Amino acid sequence: MASSTDLDIVNVTKRFGSHAAVDDVSFSVAPGEFFSILGPSGCGKTTLMRMIAGFEHPTSGDIRIRGKSMIGVPANKRPVNMVFQSLALFPMMTVGENVAYGLTCRGVSRAEAEERAGRMLERVGLKGFGERRVTALSGGQRQRVAIARCLVLEPTLVLLDEPLGALDLKLREHMKIELKQLQGTFNTTFAYITHDQSEALVMSDRIAVMNQGKFEQVGSPRELYHNPATPFVASFVGETNRLQGEAAAASNGAIAVRLPSGAIVQGQGSGAAQALAFVRPEAVALAQDPASLGNLPNRFEGRVSAVLFDGAASSLLIDTTGFEQPVRAVLPQAGPLVGIQVGAPVHVGWTADAMKVFAA
Amino acid sequence: MIAKQASRLTLFLLLAPAILWLGLLIVLPHVEILVLSFSERVAPRVYAFGFGNYLEFFTEPLYWRTFARTAFMSILVTALTLVLAFPIALYIARVAQGRLKAMLLLLCLLPFWVSELVRTLGWMILLRETGVISYALRSIGLAGQPVELLYNDGAVILGLVYGGLLFMIVPLANALESLEPAVVEAGYDLGGSRWTVLRRIVIPHAMPGIVAGCIIVFMLTVGNFATPVLLGGKNGLWFTEQIYAQFITRFNWPQGAAFGMLLLLLSSAIVWLGLRLTGQSLGTTLKQA
Repeated sequence: MASSTDLDIVNVTKRFGSHAAVDDVSFSVAPGEFFSILGPSGCGKTTLMRMIAGFEHPTSGDIRIRGKSMIGVPANKRPVNMVFQSLALFPMMTVGENVAYGLTCRGVSRAEAEERAGRMLERVGLKGFGERRVTALSGGQRQRVAIARCLVLEPTLVLLDEPLGALDLKLREHMKIELKQLQGTFNTTFAYITHDQSEALVMSDRIAVMNQGKFEQVGSPRELYHNPATPFVASFVGETNRLQGEAAAASNGAIAVRLPSGAIVQGQGSGAAQALAFVRPEAVALAQDPASLGNLPNRFEGRVSAVLFDGAASSLLIDTTGFEQPVRAVLPQAGPLVGIQVGAPVHVGWTADAMKVFAA
Repeated sequence: MIAKQASRLTLFLLLAPAILWLGLLIVLPHVEILVLSFSERVAPRVYAFGFGNYLEFFTEPLYWRTFARTAFMSILVTALTLVLAFPIALYIARVAQGRLKAMLLLLCLLPFWVSELVRTLGWMILLRETGVISYALRSIGLAGQPVELLYNDGAVILGLVYGGLLFMIVPLANALESLEPAVVEAGYDLGGSRWTVLRRIVIPHAMPGIVAGCIIVFMLTVGNFATPVLLGGKNGLWFTEQIYAQFITRFNWPQGAAFGMLLLLLSSAIVWLGLRLTGQSLGTTLKQA
């Protein structure tokens, strides 16, 4: 059967005792796609990935790769290869032997395996590293060996289990771009799991946000960021201001939320008696003159309680009248507010569209 | 100045037991034995320097045959111990968790709370003609008459393997424990069968432990006395018995000393060869043991 998907997860559940680590999850990954599963630690994403690799077995449901069920197929017979969190390179082998290992397991002759491993190392930018010990490589090089070791087998699907976790920040930023480029050149399907939303947002074509064994939402990075389907997605993906109150008047998707202080905010969405409202820091407009925010439905005044300088990602915390938590707003590093100090009065405002409201 | 002298004295006092132990119990007897082995009796109570004792070893077939037999059997015992201990160590290191792991190691250790002699007597009670196994075989009708299972090579090997097992399991389990589970999983994930993973990943990783265990077991076996004598009887023919006979029965100390030196040379040579063949250094091996 020809299949237009590389991976299908159908109603997969995994129970450890009475606890469901993965609870009735279904999704499909298209060929060539970079698919990420994003979730906090303990959400079941590692268990899900280990089931795809064949190290755990689902309690119920089916895992299909190119339409073929993988239930009962052992890990070493699946067209899936995994890049481990610790990379798990073989320290007793050279770089070249690490890459050739999978080929020799398949019965490819030693000479041919070595040659193909050499070519693969060249493609990932490690030409001439074949004879080195893996312990003599830098973090980024080891990363590339771990990926080359999988790609040389031309798998249908490469699984990546937070492989960037152990790298320092600078290298991690670099490897994000490199991984994405590698995936593009090889046109292999990648399934990537991470708890780091920035990794997922930068690299993925689609992201599944996972929480307590279930998928909260599956969508493109933009969809998740701009149109979160649940309060969990709204607060987990990207920075946000979270307000809690009760739903006041609602009509046609527009909704007003009354905060405990009595202040009212206008947003989009639905809410029962209890409602949660979210607004992104970059959607909060700042002004020293209230008149310039005149047409915004949500307008408040406050005082700067902290300046969080971080270059282009700088922001302000603003103690705002009627709010329990300070409001976080992006501070543009060009414009009249660049030099603003703690204690300065400031006006904040945002549109109703920028405020997402959910029933709590 | 005084402080310096005092600290030097402290160092000396702290080292003294070790130096005395090494000097008096290891170095001194060996020097004595080395000297003794080169002295020949030319007349009653008159000794002269000569290689006669070593020559005697090569000219008398019983001696060098026993020597070769001891070497061969010790290598066989070491290999058997390794084969038996590997799965046990693998289980203790990689499968057993927490209390079970501690308990299994304790179970391996337990027999060593009893003296070697008593343990060997235990084997004799099981194996002798009127022993437990012979009786059991007869009562289920597998044997018509009492079976003597003692006093053969099999019994000697059995006893020696049993005695060496713990000393193989501990360094092996230590080496296997440091193998990262993800590395083994990666071995399967990339298409390796159980056998490939064992051969290319687990065994190379455990190599220092394997070599350490083999050296210890080989040394203990080559130098063992009680087990071959008790379980092998007259058929034991272990080289330590020859040394014992020269020193105690024949009262020919120079001959015994020469045999002692030869045994030392034999074990050193085989250990060196073992390290050479496996490409291990003595340093890493000792760390593992």
